[in-house]
Amino acid sequence: MNLRAEEITFSYQPHRLVLNKVTLDVKPATVTALFGPNGSGKSTLLRCLNGTLRSQAGSVMLDNKRLDTMSRPEIARKIAVVPQDTSPDVPFTAGEMVMLGRFAHGNLWGEETPEDQTIVKQSLAQLNASNLAHRFFHCLSGGERQRIVLARALAQKTPVLLLDEPNIHLDIPRQLEMFRLVRNLACQGKAILMACHDIFMAPLFVDHAVLLRAGTVYASGPVRTVLTPDNLRAVFGTSIEVSWHKGFSFTAALGRY
Amino acid sequence: MAKRSVLRSGQVKWLTLILVVTTLMAGVAALMVGSVAIPPAQVLAHCWAALQGRPLNDTVDTILLTTRLPRIILAGAVGSALAMAGLAAQTLFRNPLASPYVVGVSSGSAVGAVLAMLLINTTTGMTFAAIPAFSIVSGLLITVVVFLLGRRGKNLGHGLLLAGIALGALCSSVTAGALYLAGERLQNLVFWLMGGLWRANWHQVLLMAPVSAAGLITLMVLAPAMNLALTGDRSAQDLGLNIKRLQKLLLAFIAIETALAVSLTGIIGFVGLIVPHLLRLVTGADHRRLVPVTALGGALLVTVADTLARTLAAPVEIPLGILTAMVGAPVFLWLLQRRSIG
Repeated sequence: MNLRAEEITFSYQPHRLVLNKVTLDVKPATVTALFGPNGSGKSTLLRCLNGTLRSQAGSVMLDNKRLDTMSRPEIARKIAVVPQDTSPDVPFTAGEMVMLGRFAHGNLWGEETPEDQTIVKQSLAQLNASNLAHRFFHCLSGGERQRIVLARALAQKTPVLLLDEPNIHLDIPRQLEMFRLVRNLACQGKAILMACHDIFMAPLFVDHAVLLRAGTVYASGPVRTVLTPDNLRAVFGTSIEVSWHKGFSFTAALGRY
Repeated sequence: MAKRSVLRSGQVKWLTLILVVTTLMAGVAALMVGSVAIPPAQVLAHCWAALQGRPLNDTVDTILLTTRLPRIILAGAVGSALAMAGLAAQTLFRNPLASPYVVGVSSGSAVGAVLAMLLINTTTGMTFAAIPAFSIVSGLLITVVVFLLGRRGKNLGHGLLLAGIALGALCSSVTAGALYLAGERLQNLVFWLMGGLWRANWHQVLLMAPVSAAGLITLMVLAPAMNLALTGDRSAQDLGLNIKRLQKLLLAFIAIETALAVSLTGIIGFVGLIVPHLLRLVTGADHRRLVPVTALGGALLVTVADTLARTLAAPVEIPLGILTAMVGAPVFLWLLQRRSIG
């Protein structure tokens, strides 16, 4: 399933555009990453892409259907979101939180089917979080909560997955684990868009990159053509050295002016 | 590591069953006690006979079927309506210490009733039957105004809470003013405001019981959505909930159940606050389990409290509102002290 933003423009207050004619494709079996400094509009773009914010101009299309003609449950069956922050102040266990991902698939009374329970178990297992299932969500560490929220998004069984800085709160081995999982999910056919601050590890796991600067797309395309020293300097205002070895590794180090 | 201190879903089914049985038993016990004590066998015999269509022909029949039975059923219906409205408010505001009265609906209903009472006289042609109608209309009206004033801003909950408190205060001042001007009718008004079921009759039962039953079904259908609402507006939307619509539905639910209950029985405090809060500690926050036990718990509490209200100091009746607040306030304070589940 293909998710496409066509020239969308969004502002919270009049005369201050957060997004200005942004066009972007989230394609199946592909990891697209959204890079850009703080306040460049990454999170706002993600929220427009799942319809929780409505752009003032342009349109968001899911295959050939306009997103703003779809109901919330309909969208939640197609697009899952992992937000940057989730309020920890929730009176549910981790397992119950993941079960909430099944809401849009549920019946009138919200009964849990055996299928729901299997999906929740699998989602927890994919995140190595099965042992957390019976603990209260608010008692978990930031990293554990992040994994539970990702498991909940997987339990939605959607063809499209939007991640807002999924590696935040995670230590380095867990970041690697998480990026590998994202890679695997794309291999299974999911269309994935990931907003990232990190330009040191994430690019290794990404097919396409979009560089966002002050609400406009500065560059987009295959990750190697986008993350060049010139583009990075233009967007982040800092020189960053880029070297790709053997086609797989990407390292960047902060340079000095 | 935090342990689950709450019951598992199988145990909740037992709790629900126990509450059903206890509530029915409390109802039968309440039929027996009062100014005339009627033994259980006689209670059952008379009720059975009445069910078969035998006309009422003695004092026992009259006491049982036109005084006590409608009052007990009304107590149950009002109790579950208030408890369910309290649960809806606690979910809407994502605050376990909210009550159905915070959106101003109770103060609004009280103003309507008090004004209606002041207008009752021969020249206006109004009768006591007009009081509930006035009360419901003004309660709903205040809620609509609260919604219109409070819906702006990012967080609907905060807006409603602030507007509700402000308008509630305004209504209370009007009520106080009316009381000041009431003169010899003061006694009547004060007694009404304190809440009680002494005016219960079958007409009131026919109004309240279907609304409570419909409320129970509504909340059971909304239960999965209410679970999502507890995770926050944005997360609930991401997971497929139209949060704005749920908030409006819950507000309308609170307004309808509370306005009707208050118009029939006055302001019975603390039921809507304590019942859902207490049961949440036992069953956990999952609304699919919490909704039925809350409805039952509210029915049980008000039935028992009303029976105590009419028997403890007989032949004088203690206003129910005083009794529930007297028991409710200490329990509430105790909850605040050991508040572990937020």
